[in-house]
Amino acid sequence: MLRPKIELLERTAVERVIAEAYELLMDPGVRIHSDEALELLADAGAQIDKNERVAHIPAEVARRAVETAPSSFYLYDYAGNPVVHYGGDDVQFDPGSAAIEIVDYGQTRSRKPVTADAIKFLKLAEGLPQIDAVATSLVCADVPEAMQDLYRLYLVLLYASKPVITGAFAVETWAIMKDMLVAVAGSEKALAERPIAVFDACPSPPLLWSEITCQNLIDCARFGVPAELVSMPLAGATGPATLIGSVVQHTAECLSGVTIHQLAKPGSPIIWGGSPAAFDMRAGTTPMGAIETMMIDMAYAQVGKSIKPGGLPTHAYMGMSDAKVVDAQTGLESGIGTVLAALAGVNMVSGAGMLDFESCFSLEKLVIDAEIIGMAKRLVRGMDDSEEPLALAIMREVGHAGNFLKTRHTRQWFSKEQYIPSAVIDRDFRQTWEDKGAMDAVARAHQRVEEVVATYQPKPLPAEVVKELEAITLRAAQARGLDRLPSRG
Amino acid sequence: MSNEELFAQMAKAIVDGDPERAEALARQALELGVDPLEAINRGFTPGINRVGELFASGEYFLPDLVIGGEAMKAAVAVLEPELARRQEKRAILGKVVIGTVEGDIHEIGKTLVATMLSANGFQVRDVGVDVSAEDFVAAVQDMGANLLGLSALLTTTMLNQRKVIEALQKAGLRDRVKVMVGGAPVTRQWAEEIGADGYAEDAVGSVALAKQLVAQA
Repeated sequence: MLRPKIELLERTAVERVIAEAYELLMDPGVRIHSDEALELLADAGAQIDKNERVAHIPAEVARRAVETAPSSFYLYDYAGNPVVHYGGDDVQFDPGSAAIEIVDYGQTRSRKPVTADAIKFLKLAEGLPQIDAVATSLVCADVPEAMQDLYRLYLVLLYASKPVITGAFAVETWAIMKDMLVAVAGSEKALAERPIAVFDACPSPPLLWSEITCQNLIDCARFGVPAELVSMPLAGATGPATLIGSVVQHTAECLSGVTIHQLAKPGSPIIWGGSPAAFDMRAGTTPMGAIETMMIDMAYAQVGKSIKPGGLPTHAYMGMSDAKVVDAQTGLESGIGTVLAALAGVNMVSGAGMLDFESCFSLEKLVIDAEIIGMAKRLVRGMDDSEEPLALAIMREVGHAGNFLKTRHTRQWFSKEQYIPSAVIDRDFRQTWEDKGAMDAVARAHQRVEEVVATYQPKPLPAEVVKELEAITLRAAQARGLDRLPSRG
Repeated sequence: MSNEELFAQMAKAIVDGDPERAEALARQALELGVDPLEAINRGFTPGINRVGELFASGEYFLPDLVIGGEAMKAAVAVLEPELARRQEKRAILGKVVIGTVEGDIHEIGKTLVATMLSANGFQVRDVGVDVSAEDFVAAVQDMGANLLGLSALLTTTMLNQRKVIEALQKAGLRDRVKVMVGGAPVTRQWAEEIGADGYAEDAVGSVALAKQLVAQA
C-alpha cells in the first residue's frame, strides 16, 4: 500500500543545500553567546574567535554529531504508553505553542489568557483524539512574566496525560521545569528512559545562538530530555529571499544546534524542526499561512530526512493561520498547511488552534483543526489495496440490485475506510441542518468545545506528586514576587 | 438455555448485525416450542430498538442500522409460518407499499426505508423501481395498505409522485392511504404542494413519520 508523499526538492538540490550548509558552519561560522558551548566546540576542533564569539565549525565535527544523533525515539503518555513516534514518515500533531492572546467565541478583539483559559484548553486538547500531544499553548497573564514558562508546564502536568511540547524562557526556569518533569516521571533516569516532554530551542536568524537557548539545548542533552530545534529564517528579512536559500540557512542553523547538543551528550534525542516564514513585503509580517512558508517547511523536513541514512526526526509549525478570528482564511490556510505537512511526513506538526502569526489562540479553531488533522491523517494512510480480489467478489455478490449498504462487506470496511468527523463538519441534509439551528462551522465548533471540555476525566496523579508540583511552582512564584498561585477554580 | 437467555441472544444477534445468527436463533425457538410472538416481542424487537438508540446516539452508522434490519427480517421470516399456524398475529403498526416512481431506477433510498419500516413493526411490500402510478394503486388495493411510500431521486421523476397521488384519488383510495414522499430533490414544500401527507429526509426520519401518520389515521 502506497503512503502518499510529496517531496519538493530533487535529490541533487537536497545535496547542494546540505553541502552549502556545512560550508556556512565554517565561513562565516556561527555566533554563540554561551561560553560552555564555545568550549565544547573548541574541544571538538572548531576554531573560536573569542572577541566575536564566533565558532568556525569544520564539516567533519558537525558530521560526527549528526551521526551520533538518533534517527527515532518515542514520547510517552502518563500511563507509560509510547504514543508519539519521532522518526520515519510518521505524522503527529500538537497545538501551537505560547500564545500571548486568546480570542473568545463571538468576539473580534483578543485578550490576555489566564489560568482558567489554560485549564480549559488542556481539558479540550486531552479530549480531542486527533491531537497526539499537548503543548504549553497559552501564556497566562495572571502570573509574573519570569515564571510564565514554568507555570504553563505546571498546568500541563496537572491536567494532561498526553505528552507535551514545551520550552523554557530562561536558563534558571529550565532547571525548575526539569524538576517538575522528574516529579511526575519518578526519577531523572525514568524521565530519560521514557520522555514525556520535548523542549524547543530556537537559534536566532541568521546563524546565532543566544545564551538562554544554547544553555537549554545543552541541559536537554545532558538530562536526555528531547530537544526540538526551531530555526526560523524569514525569507527576505533575516534569511535569503530565495526559498531554497532560506532552507540552506535553516540547515546550517540546525546543524550547529545538533553539533552543540551532541557534543554535550552524544546519543541524546534531538529534532530537526523550525518555524521559518516568507516575509510579507507589504505588511512586514511573518505569515505562517503563506504557501511559501509551507514550501520552506516541507523542503527542510526533506533535508532533515536526508541528512544521514535514516534521517533525523522532524518537526514543523504548520497548519496555522494569520487570520485574526476564525473565518474562511483560517480554514483554507490551516487546511492547506495540515495536508501538506502530512504529505511531507513531518513527525510532529505544531500549530492547531493558532491564529495571528503564532500569537493568538482559539479553542474553536482547535476543534476545527482537529477535523482537518483527522482528514490529513486519513489521506496519508493511503488506499488499502489488501483485499484480493479488490471488488470482483462483492460486486458479483450484490449484482444489479445495487444495495451495498446491507452487506457485511460494507459493515466490515466503512469505518476503516472513512474518517468519521464530529458534528463540527456539516454533512446533514439542508432541512436537518435548519432543524438543528442553522449553525455555521464556528458555532458548531463552539458547541463541541463545551461538549468535549465537559467530558474531561481528571488525570490520575498521586496526591504527593500534585503536592510536589505545587511546592516547586509556589517556590518559584515566591522568588518572583507572587505570594500565592492563582486559583485553579 | 432458559427462554430469558435465548431472548437476550436474539437481541444480541440484531445488535451485532448477524442475520445468520438471528435466523438460527429463530429456528431454535421453534424447536424449543417457544411462542414465536414472545420471541419477536421479547427477543428480537428489543434488539432492533437498541440498534435505533445506538444510531441516534451516533455510535452506530447506516450499515449497522441496515444489517440490523436485515437480521430482524430474517428472524421474522422464520417465525411467521408458525405465527400463522397458531393464528397469532404480530402487532403490526401499519401496512406499507413502497417503491420508486416511474422512470426512476434508483433503488437504495427506498430499500433503506423499507428495511427500517419493516424492522420497526410495519408490514412492508417493496414493489421495486420504475413503478407506474397504476401499479402503485393496484398494490395498495391488493394489500389493503394504509401507507404508501414514493421515492424519486431525480427532479424530473419527482413529478411522477404527483401522478401517483392523482391516480389514488381517481381510484377512490386517497382517503384510505397516507402518502409519504422522499428522495434527494424532495422537500417539505414539494410534499405540501402535491398533497402528500408527509415527508422525511432520511430513513430514520421516515420511521418516525410513518408512526405519526398511522396514529393520525
